[in-house]
Amino acid sequence: MLLREVGYARPGSLGEAIELLAADDGARALAGGQTLINVMKARAGSPDALVDLNRIDELKGIELAADGTLEIGAMTTYTELVESSEARARRILGEVCAQIADVQVRNRGTIGGNLCTNDPTNHLPPLIAALGAKLTIQGRDGARTIPASEFFLGVYLTAVGPGELLTKITLPAGRNDGFAAVTLGLEGTCLASAAASLNGSVTVALGCVDAVPVVLQPASAGEDEVRAAVRGANLDPPSDVHASAAYRAHLAEVLAVRAVKQAQGG
Amino acid sequence: METAQSISVTINGTTYERGVEARKLLIHFVRDDLDLTGSHIGCDTGNCGACSLIVDGVLVKSCMMLAVQADGSTIETVEGLAEGDELTTLQQAFSDHHALQCGYCTPGMLMSATALLRANPSPSDDEIKKALQGNICRCTGYWNIFEAVKAASDA
Repeated sequence: MLLREVGYARPGSLGEAIELLAADDGARALAGGQTLINVMKARAGSPDALVDLNRIDELKGIELAADGTLEIGAMTTYTELVESSEARARRILGEVCAQIADVQVRNRGTIGGNLCTNDPTNHLPPLIAALGAKLTIQGRDGARTIPASEFFLGVYLTAVGPGELLTKITLPAGRNDGFAAVTLGLEGTCLASAAASLNGSVTVALGCVDAVPVVLQPASAGEDEVRAAVRGANLDPPSDVHASAAYRAHLAEVLAVRAVKQAQGG
Repeated sequence: METAQSISVTINGTTYERGVEARKLLIHFVRDDLDLTGSHIGCDTGNCGACSLIVDGVLVKSCMMLAVQADGSTIETVEGLAEGDELTTLQQAFSDHHALQCGYCTPGMLMSATALLRANPSPSDDEIKKALQGNICRCTGYWNIFEAVKAASDA
């Protein structure tokens, strides 16, 4: 498919990329391109220009601090997260990235792209919401760091504004995490997903049931409490050809229990 | 921002310098501009893997990458696998195991399996299946493809 005519720049630094994005309302950041290029083919989006982030070293890499904090550059690919020894500090991250699509997509797709797209069926928004991630957004006027609860604003919508970029994802230390999903085919698109983290408190984040991840804090990790928390959220998920709203709500409850059980085993 | 630029790519050992529009997908550049038509376009939505290439050592679907993004890259396509008439072990195994019928998916399958065996010469059965997950075949039911890759491995 021939794309609509588009401008292109491949800046070598973060500052340059932000200047390019800020100077042109019609410009969009191009991360791994595994969503955006297909969106452009379908004319569901037609940016005037693309600012390619693939040659910006500042946006890459995974660092593990002495206290167990993980700092992940937004342009780190799924494959890099799967293969990274540092990322094993929060091993659920690599385990979930290994379930995304296929080898080719994992080689190009990035954690930052996945989060900034905020497609409700994406794996990583509920996961990083459950893990207590903080996200750093940089613009012309400097950087700010916000929790996941303030990052996801709506379907395909995040706190990253015009002229801004998500630069890094920071995960606190933790080891008792879980993730469960029902997908279209093995490792396909999520119909419903749940992530859990039992580090200090119990946190469950549900995917595919609302515009943004639904974060719950059950009173305990017991199955009855987890089910009660999901039922208490009064979910109103979308219906489509793959799953009715009622079925998705049912899956959310079952998957929350599975994710918590996996977290207990970790 | 510029809507076209001059790029230089090295494909199967030959360096090509061409002007290209930013909107051109890498698969279209390789097929239409360079006449390397071994790589196929199946779905054009990133699902089928027929356009798989190895770019700077990394297996990618070239319908989800712009040609301008490949500027300065070294690319391997299916045309570069064999040395003259000498098939690679993997290609011979595809022939021996009847791992293709219509052949449309074969270039992508070969590139994915080549990338797998390079990184992991002795893959497990599950690793072979996972490595081919991004490539769709509508003829063979996959079993013969799996057998061919297994036969070409050291496992």
